[in-house]
Amino acid sequence: MTALLSLSGVTAFYGAIQALRGIDLTVEQGEIVTLIGANGAGKSTLMMTICGNPRARTGEILHQGQDITQFPTYQIMRRGIAQAPEGRRIFGRMTVRENLLMGAEVAGRTDIDALLHQVFALFPRLQERLSQRGGTLSGGEQQMLAIGRALMSRPTLLLLDEPSLGLAPLVVRQIFGAIRELNRTTGLTVLLVEQNAYQALRLANRGYVLVNGSITMAGTGAELLARPEIRAAYLEGGGHA
Amino acid sequence: MTALRDAFLSAAVALGLFGPMVGLVTVSSDHGLFLRARPVAVAVIVGLVFFGRLGMLTWRGRNRAEATRANRAFAERITRAGKYVTPVLLLAALALPFSGSRYYVDLGTLVLTYIMLGWGLNIVVGLAGLLDLGYVAFYAVGAYSYALLATTYDLGFWTCLPLAGILAGCAGVTLGFPVLRLRGDYLAIVTLGFGEIIRIVLNNWVSLTNGPNGITGIPRPTLFGLRFSMDGGDGTFAGFFNLEPATIQRVIFLYYVIFGLALLTNWVSLRLRRMPLGRAWEALREDEVACRSLGINVRNTKLTAFGIGAMFGGFAGAFFATRQAFISPESFTFIESATVLAIVVLGGLGSQLGVALAAIVMVGGLEALRDFLSFLGDQMGSELFSGIASELPLYRMLIFGLALVVMMVLRPRGLVSGRTPGVSMTAPKEIDAELVAQGRS
Ligand SMILES: Nc1ncnc2c1ncn2[C@@H]1O[C@H](COP(=O)(O)OP(=O)(O)OP(=O)(O)O)[C@@H](O)[C@H]1O
Ligand SMILES: [Mg+2]
Repeated sequence: MTALLSLSGVTAFYGAIQALRGIDLTVEQGEIVTLIGANGAGKSTLMMTICGNPRARTGEILHQGQDITQFPTYQIMRRGIAQAPEGRRIFGRMTVRENLLMGAEVAGRTDIDALLHQVFALFPRLQERLSQRGGTLSGGEQQMLAIGRALMSRPTLLLLDEPSLGLAPLVVRQIFGAIRELNRTTGLTVLLVEQNAYQALRLANRGYVLVNGSITMAGTGAELLARPEIRAAYLEGGGHA
Repeated sequence: MTALRDAFLSAAVALGLFGPMVGLVTVSSDHGLFLRARPVAVAVIVGLVFFGRLGMLTWRGRNRAEATRANRAFAERITRAGKYVTPVLLLAALALPFSGSRYYVDLGTLVLTYIMLGWGLNIVVGLAGLLDLGYVAFYAVGAYSYALLATTYDLGFWTCLPLAGILAGCAGVTLGFPVLRLRGDYLAIVTLGFGEIIRIVLNNWVSLTNGPNGITGIPRPTLFGLRFSMDGGDGTFAGFFNLEPATIQRVIFLYYVIFGLALLTNWVSLRLRRMPLGRAWEALREDEVACRSLGINVRNTKLTAFGIGAMFGGFAGAFFATRQAFISPESFTFIESATVLAIVVLGGLGSQLGVALAAIVMVGGLEALRDFLSFLGDQMGSELFSGIASELPLYRMLIFGLALVVMMVLRPRGLVSGRTPGVSMTAPKEIDAELVAQGRS
């Protein structure tokens, strides 16, 4: 069986700066895979490179066995990949409903109401604030909106970049709960970037550690959690929220 | 006390500025050019500045919270009034020709042209967030397309109108391609350059455009084949309806043509706003990266915004050409782009009603002010007022700039800044402009 997503030898550059140095990574159907690493390690770059923005300079990205490395971004997203990018990036002056619709349009979905209900089941808060402008939501609500928007295309692969950024522990737990729930009920595959390594590794089936644009360690969540060097680098100092 | 000092300071600045500008006039006589002083006019202006500044400071001095509340209430009132303002404006626009005054109909035609241009540019700037300083280029392309097609191939206005729109739309897409990666200031500079390039080409391509001499004898539009000519024979409007031929008939017809074109622009923009494409434009304005990650084809979305915006500019241009019956590159200078952009910004980016109001104020307001002042002058037999009235066109730019500054101080987000959401399931909850963070939040 081919993996849902597999990267081999992927490099990416910003001008002369090399951000990814030969990444090999696979994500199987139905898995939750997490990517951890220090600031500037290249996690967000990796997520964006999967979407073709920036494009991988060398290496190969396969989605369901097909080489998508040279596909334009919008075509990659139309294959059932959705991303909730770092920093939420919701549309501030558009309403919550319009934000959500933006997620659905691309996939050409017509059962908008069913999609909306699916999102509301996960985040009831969004339903209450449907005609409020995105920019006036609280940070946590904005994050819910960003995830909800990504889900509106009913993706098979969800890329989540730091969904816990700037949120209270309670809200983080809520969002992680939602991810687990989605994975369990719909079989959604998730690639998750997190600073909150402890929680992310507990949630994930497998994890990768990214250092300076290269993957230095890989294993199941439990394995990585047990590694002393992981504990030292990413967990000491209050990761046990 | 500080208020008083401030007011004195402002008055001093006004004296320095207006002293030479208003206080001295040149009078030509048989013996040459003479300078004449006008102390009264300067005194009036300096006095106005002094008391205006004083009033502003004391008004500001009120409780800050109270001022904010007043502002909020004002915004609310405007939004509520919007419901009535639109039909009233529409009816007034429909009824205007019945005044029978050629002057008002001409002025109305001018205002409607700018409203249409404003709505067209609003698609590019207000909705898609692409700052375009060269909108006049598409106006020019539309005007020249019609003029050349009509005079070379003997085609009628109604055949050429869609062609002019399509050609202008193509020009919009052509401009769009090289600027796909540009944003903000860089985009503004390139579009500014594009506007100038078009004008300079029109000026120098003498064999095609007749250069600075322009194109004359551009045919007038017909009403279902009926011409508006003065001979009153068969096939003319007057002859068909057994009327006395009169120029006013054509003037009124032209007025209704631009009225219809403007309504069409408005209708299309409103429809597009509710459609996926319009929503994608707005999303593009908010955050391009997010748009990409949602699978929006950013390139096509931008190009359609440029193309459709330009198309309406082209329609307006074709109308301009047929109304004037004469065009030359002089009509398509940067100041036109600036005026239309100012209308869009003053109107509150993205608001249809705001753009209409801003166009009325900016284009019609000055005329009204001149009328009012000369009326005052006649009534009071005062030379001061009629003097000001006759000189007012000279201060056009000054008043224009002043209006912009005042507007941006009082209502920095434009006349009608509360944007109604394109879709909502419940009754739309208007969020005050003050609550929405500037730019990306
Ligand atoms: N647009 C850009 N232009 C140039 N360099 C960039 C750009 N974006 C990222 N970089 C650089 O690429 C490297 C990887 O950045 P990236 O955003 O992928 O890190 P990250 O692992 O997501 O970090 P964080 O945990 O802080 O989000 C960094 O050195 C960064 O400075
Ligand atoms: Mg990052």
